[in-house]
Amino acid sequence: MTVTPLGIPRRLLEFTLDGEPVRAPEGSTILDACRAAGKDVPTLCEGDTLRPKNACRVCVVEVEGARTLVPACSRKAEAGMEVRTDTERARHSRKIVLELLASSVDLSTTPKVAAWLKEYEAKPDRFGPDAARLNEEPKVDNDLYVRDYDKCILCYKCVDACGDQWQNTFAISVAGRGFDARIAVEHDAPLTDSACVYCGNCIEVCPTGALSFKSEFDMRAAGTWEESRQTETTTVCAYCGVGCNLTLHVQDNEIVKVTSPHDNPVTHGNLCIKGRFGYQHVQNRD
Amino acid sequence: MDLHFGDSKPTDEERAAVDALLGPPESSWEGADRSDADLRWARGGREARDRRDLLLPGLHAINDRIGWISDGALDYLCRRLTVPPAEAYGVATFYAMFSVKPRPATVLQVCTDLACAAAGAPELCAGIEARLGLGSGVTVERSPCLGLCERAPAVLAVKAGDPVRTAVSAPATVERAVLAASAPDSAPEEPPAALAVPQAGQDGLMLLQRVGVVDPASLDDYRAHGGYTALRRAFELGPAGVIREVTDSGLVGRGGAAFPTGRKWQATASQPDRPHYLVCNADESEPGTFKDRVLMEGDPYALVEAMTIAAYATGAHRGYLYLRGEYPRALRRLEHAIAQARARGLLGDDVLGQGYAFDIEIRRGAGAYICGEETALFNSIEGYRGEPRSKPPFPVEKGLFGKPTVENNVETLVNVLPILTMGAPAYAAIGTQRSTGPKLFCVSGSVERPGVYELPFGATLGELLTLAGASEGLRAVLLGGAAGGFVRADELDIPLTFEGTREAGTTLGSGVVMAFDDSVPLPRLLLRIAEFFRDESCGQCVPCRVGTVRQEEALHRIVERAGADAAGDITLLREVGRAMRDASICGLGQTAWNAVESAIDRLGAYE
Ligand code: SF4
Ligand code: SF4
Ligand code: SF4
Ligand code: FES
Ligand code: FES
Repeated sequence: MTVTPLGIPRRLLEFTLDGEPVRAPEGSTILDACRAAGKDVPTLCEGDTLRPKNACRVCVVEVEGARTLVPACSRKAEAGMEVRTDTERARHSRKIVLELLASSVDLSTTPKVAAWLKEYEAKPDRFGPDAARLNEEPKVDNDLYVRDYDKCILCYKCVDACGDQWQNTFAISVAGRGFDARIAVEHDAPLTDSACVYCGNCIEVCPTGALSFKSEFDMRAAGTWEESRQTETTTVCAYCGVGCNLTLHVQDNEIVKVTSPHDNPVTHGNLCIKGRFGYQHVQNRD
Repeated sequence: MDLHFGDSKPTDEERAAVDALLGPPESSWEGADRSDADLRWARGGREARDRRDLLLPGLHAINDRIGWISDGALDYLCRRLTVPPAEAYGVATFYAMFSVKPRPATVLQVCTDLACAAAGAPELCAGIEARLGLGSGVTVERSPCLGLCERAPAVLAVKAGDPVRTAVSAPATVERAVLAASAPDSAPEEPPAALAVPQAGQDGLMLLQRVGVVDPASLDDYRAHGGYTALRRAFELGPAGVIREVTDSGLVGRGGAAFPTGRKWQATASQPDRPHYLVCNADESEPGTFKDRVLMEGDPYALVEAMTIAAYATGAHRGYLYLRGEYPRALRRLEHAIAQARARGLLGDDVLGQGYAFDIEIRRGAGAYICGEETALFNSIEGYRGEPRSKPPFPVEKGLFGKPTVENNVETLVNVLPILTMGAPAYAAIGTQRSTGPKLFCVSGSVERPGVYELPFGATLGELLTLAGASEGLRAVLLGGAAGGFVRADELDIPLTFEGTREAGTTLGSGVVMAFDDSVPLPRLLLRIAEFFRDESCGQCVPCRVGTVRQEEALHRIVERAGADAAGDITLLREVGRAMRDASICGLGQTAWNAVESAIDRLGAYE
C-alpha cells in the first residue's frame, strides 16, 4: 500500500491556459497545470522526485507580459497569469532546442525524443556534418555501471540525486564550462577512485541512458537488449530492515536491472548498492 | 554527508598556502597530523561547512602560490572546508584563471578581444609565442578583454609565488610583454589611472572629478577633496531619507539593465528576513568596458564611501566587493583603502561614531564573464560554480546566502555621492527626463583619444566621438559591448540615453562605445564576438551552450562569403539566435546574438 501524505490543504489559484480558465493549487508549476489539463509539454530535465534545474529549456511556454519564454517545469503558476503553451514562438524554441541537442549528443536511448523530433519537424542535420559533437567514449571502469557522456544532455539530475536532494554523497558534479562542461567525479578520476558509493540513484534518474547498468550496456552492445520482452516485478528488498521497494526487470528469466518506484513515500526511488546491484545470488542456480 | 577524500597529499608549499588563508588546522579531522586527542574526539564539519564561501579564496591562494591546483592541494582545501572534492573540482574547472593541470609558474594573458584585435593583437600574440616557446617557463594564453582597451593591445602577466607578482603592459610590444612575463617586478609601472581619462581635471565632472586630482592612497587627500561629506549627509537623512533621495534622483543602474536604483534599495530594505547583504559588482568583463577599473584605481575611497551609504540605506552590515580577477592594481588600491577606512573608524563596528556597523570584504573573481550576472556572482561568492540562478526569486528577496541582497555595480554606486551632496532635484535636473545624471562612456577602437568620458545623459554619439577624435573612415560603432549592437557611421545623432538608444533600435548597455574604421574586417570581428560568447557560456542551458557553438560554426563558414552564398547560414543564425534570446536562462544567452544580428541588419555584413 502506498500512503501519500496529504499535507496542508492549499488554496486554488485561477489563471488562463491557452485561453481556458484553469484552477491549480497554490505552489503548483505551470507544468503541473498543463498535465492536469491533459496538455502535452515536452520535458527532459524535469523529474518527478527532484527539483527541476530548468536547464534543457524544452518545456518553454509563453507567459503574457514576460520578455522571454518561461520554463513550465519550474515557474510557479500565479493568479491571473495568461499562459500559452502552443504558440509559434514556443514551438520554435522547442524545435531549435531539440535540434541543438540532437545534433550534439546521442539521443537514441532517450525515451519520447524521436516522437518530439517528428512533431516539431526538427532537422538536427541542418547544422552540417562538421557540427561539434560531444564525441565521448563510454567510461567503463567498474562492473556495476557505465557512464556514456556522449548521451549526456547535462540535465544535472544525477548531480542533484547524488548531492543534497537524494543521496548526500556528492560524488559527481559538473566540471568545465560551456560546451566543454561534463559530469565528472573529483579530479576527473575513474569512478573506482571517487567518492561514489554505487547506490545507482543517478542511473535511476538519468533521462537519456547516459548512465546505465553494465548489464544493460553489454546487452545493448551485443544486440540482445529487448525491452518489449522484459517483465517488471515490484517486490521488497530482503537485505535489511529498511524494506525498500525494488522493481526487477527480467528478460529471459534473468534479472537485467533493478529500479525502484518513485512514488514510494519513504524511498522515492532511492536504493543502496545491495538493493540496486546485489541480485546475482537470486539467479545463482548452482 | 560523509565525505570521501582521496589519498593525494598536499605538498608543504600547498599546505602553507591554504593555512595562510584559513589558519592551521585544529585536528586531524581537518587535515592536521593525528594527535592523541583526535582518537577520542570526533568533530563534525559543521563549523567549517559554514565557511564554504572561502572555497574561491582558497583556490586563489593555491593558484597564486603554485600556479596551478593539484589533486592533493584541492583535497586538502576541501578537508579544511568540508566541501566535497567533486564539487570543488567543478568549481576550480569553471574559472579560466585556474588550472588543474601542471603548468609553468608564469601565465601571460594576451588580450585578443575587439579593441586589441583591431590594434594588432594577433601579430603581437604570434610574436610573443615565437619568443616564449616551450621551456620558457611561461604559459601564453589568449584572453578575453582585460579591461585595458584604451591602451590596446594589452597583456597581463601573473607569476605564481609568495607573494604572487603581476605586471601589466599596455600598449604592449613583444619586448615589453616578454619583460613583464620574465621579470614582473622590474616591469615599468603602469601609467596613472588619470591617463585613461582625457577630461581629467576639467571642471564640471561629477564621477571622475577626483581621478588624477586626488592621491588614491591617501584618505586625508580624499577627505580634503570632499570625501565623506555624502556619508555624513546620509546619517543626517537616515536610511529612509537616503532611499528617498536616490529614488527622487531618478538614478537607474549603470550595468546595462537600467533598473531604478531607489526601487531596488527600497525593496531590499523592507524585507523582514535578516541579515541583508550589499554586493558591489566590480566584475566588469564586458569587452570594451574599463570605467569601473579607472574609478577604482583613481578614486578608490569613493567606492568605499558609496558602498557604506548603500549598506546603511538598505540595512546591510556586510558588503562584498566582487572584483574582476584581472584587475591587480584595483585590488591593491581597494585593499589599501578599505584597511585605511577601517583603521580610521569609517568602516567597522561604529562607522563615524554613529553606532552603525559595516564592513567590506573583497572577493576576487577568477576569469568568468558570466560572474557579472548578479545571481552567478552570488554563487561564485558562495563557493559554487558561477552559474546563474533562475529568477524569480529575485535577489532583493533571496540573494547572497539566500538573504535579501542589494547588488549594484561600481558606477551606479559612485553616483550616489553627488546625489547626496547636491540633493536629488539638482541631480535629476542633469540629463534628460528619463535618463538623469551623468554617464560614463568607455571609448576605444579607432579614435585618437580613447578613454573614459563623462557626459550628461543626452549628448549624442557624434558629440562623444568628436571629443574622442574619431578617425577618418569610420565604418561602424559598437554600443554596449559584445552584448550590445552595432550602429552605422551615419547614425551619429543617436542621443546617448536609455530611451534614445531604445528608440533607435539599439542599446546603451554598460556604456561601451567602440569605433571601427574601414580597416577592420567586419566578419573577423563578428567571429570574435561569437567566439567570446561560446567561451563564456556557463553551459547550464541548451540554447546558449549549444546555440553559441552552432552560431560560431555558421560564422566560420561564411567568413569569406556574402550574398546568396551566405543566405542559408544567415537563416540558421537567425533561427538559433531567436531561440537563444527567447529560451536562455540568463542575459548572456539572451543577448549573445545581438551584436551579430545588428551587424547583419544595420551594417549589411555579408551582403
Ligand atoms: S548523466 Fe544523465 S542524469 Fe547526469 S546530467 Fe547527463 S543526462 Fe542528466
Ligand atoms: S536497498 Fe539497501 S537500504 Fe534498501 S532495503 Fe535493500 S539493503 Fe536496505
Ligand atoms: S544563458 Fe548561457 S550563461 Fe546564461 S545560464 Fe544559460 S548557458 Fe549559462
Ligand atoms: S524540463 Fe523544463 S527546462 Fe528542462
Ligand atoms: S583590453 Fe583588449 S579589448 Fe579590452
